[in-house]
Amino acid sequence: MRLKPVAAILLRQFYLIRGSPVRSLPMFAWVAIDIVVWGFITRYLNSMAAGRFNYVPSLLGAVLLWDFFTRIMQGVSTAFLEDVWSRNFLNLFATPLTIAEYILGLVITSVGTSAVGLVVMLVLATAVFGLSFFSLGALLVPFLLVLFGFGVALGILASALVLRLGPASEWLVWPLPALLSPFVGVFYPLATLPRWMQGVGHLLPPSYVFEGMRAVLAGQPFSPASLAVGAAIAALDILLAGYFFARVFRYAIRTGLLARYSAESAA
Amino acid sequence: MYARAPDAGPHSQHPLDDGTGHPAAAPAARAVLSVAGLRKSYSQVVAVQGVSFDVHRREVVGLLGPNGAGKTTTINIVLGVLSPTAGSVHIGGVDLAVDRARALALANFSAVYAPLPGNLTVTENLRFFGLVYGIPQLGRRVGELLRQFDLERLRDTKCGLLSSGEQTRVALAKAVLNQPRLLLLDEPTASLDPAAAQTIRARIRSLAVDTDCGILWTSHNMYEVEAVCDRVLFLSHGRILLAGDPRRLPREHGVATLEELFIRLAREPLTEPLERAG
Repeated sequence: MRLKPVAAILLRQFYLIRGSPVRSLPMFAWVAIDIVVWGFITRYLNSMAAGRFNYVPSLLGAVLLWDFFTRIMQGVSTAFLEDVWSRNFLNLFATPLTIAEYILGLVITSVGTSAVGLVVMLVLATAVFGLSFFSLGALLVPFLLVLFGFGVALGILASALVLRLGPASEWLVWPLPALLSPFVGVFYPLATLPRWMQGVGHLLPPSYVFEGMRAVLAGQPFSPASLAVGAAIAALDILLAGYFFARVFRYAIRTGLLARYSAESAA
Repeated sequence: MYARAPDAGPHSQHPLDDGTGHPAAAPAARAVLSVAGLRKSYSQVVAVQGVSFDVHRREVVGLLGPNGAGKTTTINIVLGVLSPTAGSVHIGGVDLAVDRARALALANFSAVYAPLPGNLTVTENLRFFGLVYGIPQLGRRVGELLRQFDLERLRDTKCGLLSSGEQTRVALAKAVLNQPRLLLLDEPTASLDPAAAQTIRARIRSLAVDTDCGILWTSHNMYEVEAVCDRVLFLSHGRILLAGDPRRLPREHGVATLEELFIRLAREPLTEPLERAG
C-alpha cells in the first residue's frame, strides 16, 4: 500500500471542509445540540430523582458514546458520498488508486472529523453538565475503540450499498445507526429486550460497550472478556465490510456500473 | 458493403507500414497500448468483439464510429473501469488484468463526460490527482502545468465555475500530470468553439511529440481527425471495420472526404451478422 494516494483522499476532504462552512458545521453542531438537549433532560431527571440516582453518566455518557459511533460511521460514508455527489468515480478509479488505499483514506478522514465532534461533546458534557468519565477510567479507551471499529465497518458497508444501489440509496444509509439503536441497548440493559432482540444485540459490538459502561457506573463486576468479544466482532465486521465493498466494486467493474454511475443507470 | 478489417493490431500488417510516412518499427517494441481480442458482452448484447489494435509512441490514433459503436466501451476497458469478457490490454507492456495499479500509473485520460470535481479549485484538483499518481516534486509540477495550460490566473477558481474551454484545459493538465505513456482523450474538443478547439488540438498534437506518449483520441469531428490523427480505426457495431491513414482512406474507398466515409460506414450493414452473445 502506498501512502501518497491515501494522503490524497485525506487532502481532498481537507480542501472540501476548508472551503465550505456547510461541511465543517455538522462536524460539531449536531452532536453539540444532542449533548445540550440530553444534558437538560438528565438535569430534569436528576431533580425528579432527588439525589437517589445520577442520570448524567448513564444517559449523557451513553449519548456521547453513541454520537461518537454515528459520527465515525457517517464520517466514512460522507467522504465516500463526496465522490458520488461530484461524479468523480471515473476520474478516481481510472488511476493507480487501489481499493485498500481508498478505504483507508476514507477511514482516516473519518477519524479526523469525528475527533472534532468528540472533543466538542466532551467539553460541553463535562464543563456544562458535569459529566465525568473518571468513573470509567482507562476503560473509556477500549469502549471508544470498539465503537470506532464498528462505526468504520458500518460506514464501509453503507458506502458499498450506495455503490451497488445507486446515488439515491444514500437515503437508506443515513438512518442505519437509528435502525440499530434499539438492539444495542444504548439507554437500557439488553435484558429489557425480547429474546430475539437480545440475540440480534449480541451480534452488535456497541451492545458490549453499553452493557460494560452501565456495569462500571453501577459499581457491578465488569467482564473484560465480554468487551473482548465485542472487539473481536467489530474487527470481523471491518474485514467483512471491506470484503463486501471489494465484491461490489468488482461487480461494478464487470457490469459497467462504475463507468456509467448515475442515479438513472445504477438502479 | 465493407468487410471487417482483418486486424488492426500487432499480429497483422500495421497500417503504419502502408507507406503513410510513419516509421515502420516493430509494433510490439514501440506499442504503449496493445489491445488484443477484446470482447465485452452484457447478457444478450455484444458491445465490442474481436477488437485488436496498438497505439505507438508519438502516435495519435483516432477511434471513430457512430454513437453506440463501442468507442467509449473500449476506452473504459483500457482505463480499467470496465472489465472485458475476453481479451487483453497491455499498457506500456504491463497487463492491466494482472497489475492494474502499475498499468494505470502509465496512463491518463480526459473525457468530456468526466469533468474534474467542480467543488475543488484548479490547483486543488491538480494537487489531489498528483498525489494519487504519486508525482514527485508535486508543487513544481503543478506550477509547470498551470503555466503550460495558461491556468495561472484561474489557479484558485473552483473548476465548476470555469467555462467549457477552461475546464478542458484543466482536464488536459490533469491528464498529463503523470507524464503518461498513454493518453486517452474521449471527445476532448466537444463543446468548444472553433478557436478554442484549434488551440487544444495543437496542444495535444505537440504533446505526442514533446512527451513521447501515444494518444488514443475519439471525436465526431472528421476535420479535426484529419488534422490531428496519424491513423484512424473505424468502429461499428463493436468491431473495427477499417484502419488507416485518415488522409488516404477516403480516396481508397471512393469517397471525397473522411466525413462521407464515416457516414457510409455508419449506415452500411456488416458483411456478417452481428454475433449475439449466447
